[in-house]
This record gives sequence, C-alpha cells and structure tokens, in this order.
Amino acid sequence: MGRKLLFEHVNVEGIDTFGVYRQKGGYRSVEKAVKTMSPEAVVEEVKKSGLRGRGGAGFPTGMKWSFLAKPAGVPRYLVCNADESEPGTFKDRYLMEKMPHLLIEGMITSSFALGANTSYIYIRGEYFYLVRILERAIAEAYANGFLGKNILGTDYSLDLYVHPGAGAYICGEETALLESLEGKRGNPRMKPPFPAVAGLYACPTVVNNVETIAAVVPIVNDGGEAYAAVGVGKSTGTKLISAGGNIRKPGVYEIELGLPVEEFIYSDEYCGGIEDGLEMKACVPGGSSVPILPKDLMLKTAAGEARLMSYESLADGGFATGSMLGSGGFIVYDQRACIVRGTWTYARFYHHESCGQCSPCREGTGWMEKVLHRIEHGHGRMHDIDLLADIAKKIEGNTICPLGDAAAWPVSAAIRHFRDEFEYHIRFPERVKDPKHFHRAPFAGMPKATA
Amino acid sequence: MVAFSPETLSTAQRLIRRYPEGRQKSALIPILHLAQAEFGGWLSPETMDYVAELLSIKPIEVYEVASFYSMFNLTPTGTCVLEVCRTAPCWLKGSDDLVAHFEKRLGIKEGETTADGRFTLKTVECLGSCGSAPMLQCGHQYHENLTPEKADALLDELRQSGSRPVYVTPDFFRES
Ligand SMILES: Cc1cc2nc3c(=O)[nH]c(=O)nc-3n(C[C@H](O)[C@H](O)[C@H](O)COP(=O)(O)O)c2cc1C
Ligand code: SF4
Ligand code: FES
Repeated sequence: MGRKLLFEHVNVEGIDTFGVYRQKGGYRSVEKAVKTMSPEAVVEEVKKSGLRGRGGAGFPTGMKWSFLAKPAGVPRYLVCNADESEPGTFKDRYLMEKMPHLLIEGMITSSFALGANTSYIYIRGEYFYLVRILERAIAEAYANGFLGKNILGTDYSLDLYVHPGAGAYICGEETALLESLEGKRGNPRMKPPFPAVAGLYACPTVVNNVETIAAVVPIVNDGGEAYAAVGVGKSTGTKLISAGGNIRKPGVYEIELGLPVEEFIYSDEYCGGIEDGLEMKACVPGGSSVPILPKDLMLKTAAGEARLMSYESLADGGFATGSMLGSGGFIVYDQRACIVRGTWTYARFYHHESCGQCSPCREGTGWMEKVLHRIEHGHGRMHDIDLLADIAKKIEGNTICPLGDAAAWPVSAAIRHFRDEFEYHIRFPERVKDPKHFHRAPFAGMPKATA
Repeated sequence: MVAFSPETLSTAQRLIRRYPEGRQKSALIPILHLAQAEFGGWLSPETMDYVAELLSIKPIEVYEVASFYSMFNLTPTGTCVLEVCRTAPCWLKGSDDLVAHFEKRLGIKEGETTADGRFTLKTVECLGSCGSAPMLQCGHQYHENLTPEKADALLDELRQSGSRPVYVTPDFFRES
C-alpha cells in the first residue's frame, strides 16, 4: 500500500462532519500556522515540499505563491479552482464530497500564508449538490472558530465563500475563472498582467486547484521536507488519479508519484486490469487534453524503461513518444475502442467549449470536429488526415489561452500513433457504418490498412 | 410580475454581501441559478430584467452572461431534463446505447422534448462522473452506472413524481 497523505481517513464514517474530521487530526495545520508560524514560514514549507499545481500544468506552488504582489492597503485573494471539467477528471469532486473539511482546512492555512482575508471556492455549476455539502461544512468551521473574525483568538480573520459557475469548461482557465467570478462571460484575459499582480477585482490573486490546496495540509503538519521525501525526483508527494474507461475498478486513487504505470493499471489495488479480460489498446493518462499513447508506449518509454506515474516519466520522449500527467484523468481504452470516434468526441467537446475570442481556436476546433465526424462516419477522404494534422498545427501556439493547444494535441497524437486506424476508416467506409465497428470484430483481426 | 419569494430574496441579498462593496455583479451567476430554479426552469427576458434590477446592473449585462453558460436555458424545457454525458470516457462505457435507449423509450430524438412536455433529452459533455459511466444528470442529482433497467426505473420514478426536479434551492447556501 502506498502512503496516503490526503486520504488516510477517507473511508472513516462521518469524516465529512467537523467533529469526526477534527478527531482524526483535522484542522491541526490551521492551529500550527496561525498560532506558531509566520505567513512567510508557511510559504517556505510549501517551497521546500516541491508541490506542483495539481490542476494540470504542474507549476511549482511555492514559487507561484512567492510571486504574489503585496502592495500596501490592497486586498489579496485566494481562489480555489473547483471547476473540474477536463474530460476524464473527477478527483476534486470525490475529495470535496468525501472530505469537504480537508479543502476548507487547506483554504484557511493557504489564505493565511498569502495574507488573504476573503477567499472563494469557484465550483462548476453542475456540482450543485457539492455546493450544499461545502456550505454546510463551512458553517461548521465558522461555528468552531476556524473561520470568521480572529481565528482561534489570533488577529487573523478570514471569510470563505463558495461560488457556483454555470457550465463552461473554459472557466477552469484561471483568468476566465476570475472573469466569471466577477459576474461576466468566461473569456480568458490576455497576460500579462498575471493574476499574481492583477487578478480578482484587479487585486493580487492566487488561483490553485482543489487538490493543490488540500496538499498544503500535510505539508504544514509534517513539514515540506517530509512531503518532498515522498514521490520521485521533482514529482514529490502523492497525486489523486481518477481512473475511468475500460478498467475493472474505476475510481479515484491516491498514489505516490513514481508508481509504475503497469502496476497502476493491472494491480488489484488500483485499476484491476482491463474489463472483460480484453487487451488495452491505448490510454490518455492526464485528462482529455494530453496526448493519447498506444499500450506499448504507455507501459514503457521509447528507451524501453518502465513508464512511471510522474510528471517527468509520463512526458519522457516529448510528444513524439510521451504524454503528460496533466490533471490525473486516466482514461483507458480497450481493444474494441475506436480511436477516431474517441478523438471526435474530444474535438466536439473543445469546439463546444471554445469561448470564441480567437479565430484559430473558434474556427479550427469546428473544422476538426467536422472532419473527424466525416471520417468516423465513413465519408472521409485520404487527404483529410493531413488536413486535420495541419489544422491542429495552426491552432497550436496561436491563441490567447491554452484551450487551443488542448484541442489540438489529442488530434495530433491520435494521428501520430493511430494513422492506420484513420486510413482504415477511409479505405473501408462500409465497415465503419455501424458505430460499434470495432466491437464485433476487434481491429486487430481486420484487414490491415496499408498503403 | 416576476419577483422572488421572501426566502429567495433574502438569500439573494446575502449572496450579494459575499462580494466587496460595488462588486455586487459577482453575485449574478448564483442569483441567475436561483431565478431559473424559481421561475420554471428557464430565464425569460422578464426574469433577467428583474435580476438586473436587483443587482443594479444593465439588462444587457445579464443577457450576455445568461447566453454564455450552458446551464442557463433561454427557452422553456421539458419538466425533467435528462442530460446524458457522451464524452469519450462515458462513450467507452456505452453512453451511445444509453442515448439510443432513451430515444426509443421516449419516442424522441436527442435535443427534443416529449409532446406532453414531461421530458427533454439532452446530450452534454463530461460531468465529472467518468468513473461511474454511463450516467446522466437530472436536476442536481447524478444517476450513475446506468443500465437499461435502471434507466427505465428512473423514467417511471420521474413520471410519478410529476414535479420539476430540484437543482438548487435557497437553503443550499448557508445562513450567514
Ligand atoms: C481550458 C482550461 C481549463 C482548465 N480547467 C481547470 C480546472 O478545471 N481545474 C483546475 O484546477 N485547473 C484548470 N486549468 C488550469 C488553470 O488555468 C490553472 O493553471 C490552475 O487552476 C492553477 O492551479 P494549480 O497550480 O494548483 O494547478 C485549466 C486550464 C485551461 C487552459
Ligand atoms: S484559445 Fe479558444 S478558449 Fe482560449 S481564449 Fe482563444 S477562443 Fe477562447
Ligand atoms: S465523460 Fe461522462 S462524466 Fe466524464
């Protein structure tokens, strides 16, 4: 069993209530921080921990915190990103549902470190049932003196509010999130200025993912060095992985970074192998935005080393033969899955979610959806494959926010690793008319689509 | 005339106080949710004008936002909106079959409403429930790991209840 830094008590009856959570050692990090530490000392521990943002980009949290501008007399804000809408990702939902106080504790300790006196949790609107859970937990924290004026008798005060969104993936992008929190459309802002200088209401702001904020709790309790001792290299600590698709045991797993991918997929402690005794065809290891990899490259790097669940190992080989840890949304495809159809659902998703500000993203995502739709439905032309790759390339790097890249990468990667399958759709349109074309006769057993 | 019940109004006023002086517009999205839930599951122009007045902002600022976010309906829907997720992780677990099942049972296509106004069948993108796929959302409730039997039982249950499934009520937000 790997070490659990967040979920040691996740299955304790009543852990979602203040009483049980406190009894299991909850809110110790708040006591320690506000009573015995300076805000700078908390930031220092987070730096030492090597914690990297768990929302997808993996930016070092301590460094992000140290960039926060501190002009006198201007309020600073901490905003928790609980928008969680990256397909394949459901870890934050699980954390908030099971252990709402863990997030609240992390918010208080982190807000103290940043000198914020008002903080918000921005949560996707579809998670309304979690709004109720969080609101109740926050009320308990207020009633017990952990929120509000003069927390635990110190001169530190904090108000914490939950703010629902209303269905827009783009609001997970931090500047779109801030626009949305200001009551506007979720259009990402041009950077600079960065939120650390001008964020919410043009005040210095830190935006962090739910899991990042929760990880501050063990870091403050046990020290940054103890946290950094878990994991591998620059991938310190543990990571929540939400595993879905064709596996026997879908769910949210807290793993020590550095766990071999093969063990994660096939061990009964985690995914339990592929369902129905089938083979794995491919995997998207970090949420829909990251490159898909075929089984061989998922389990071993191009150099033949075991692939590990870490930022570095998953990215080994660059996009040519690697992928990314991303948000930890782990999607496994069995041998029956059609890569073209899966990729089409992502293209449709990004087209739907593009905010429309930049033309390469607005138009390009629409074209990619259209071309993938026609290939999948047996109306493709051979040059469509290069056309797709070309559109993806033209979007990449030419947009205001990274949604454009996120839309392009899955398409480029699917073509890179599964070009055969695209060609097959175009050569044998009759065989792909049935939407379950690879279900009845697995692709492996069908005529090979060679030139 | 459109007006919140006293309870909703006091919740709305509490929500406005969660944001700094002069930043009351921040409460727009939460209040639009309360309005949509209270006024029949969609946002009519009258409803949006009422919210604009409540927040002392221009009506256009409300329309702009209401039209951006997918959870806000600008036209009436069926009483129960079945939102079936169909992004890749759900598709891998049979969401196409689930949509087809509902189309057959309800005699409508995806995107349509039944003649009696009872059900709207809608497909949506990832709802953060990929580990319990296939699934759908109705009101704030997630219905997960669906099978044809479970889907039919859900339809029966919704038919019998007759009322619009709750997605948010003022008491979701705490008192202070
Ligand atoms: C299109 C898009 C969607 C995003 N969605 C999320 C999200 O749902 N949750 C999240 O934490 N970060 C999301 N991010 C990343 C955020 O912009 C930001 O980097 C993150 O919240 C920072 O927190 P962290 O450093 O703790 O990871 C998204 C980014 C993009 C470009
Ligand atoms: S890249 Fe797409 S989502 Fe991002 S700002 Fe441009 S149009 Fe909007
Ligand atoms: S893909 Fe359906 S809930 Fe995530």
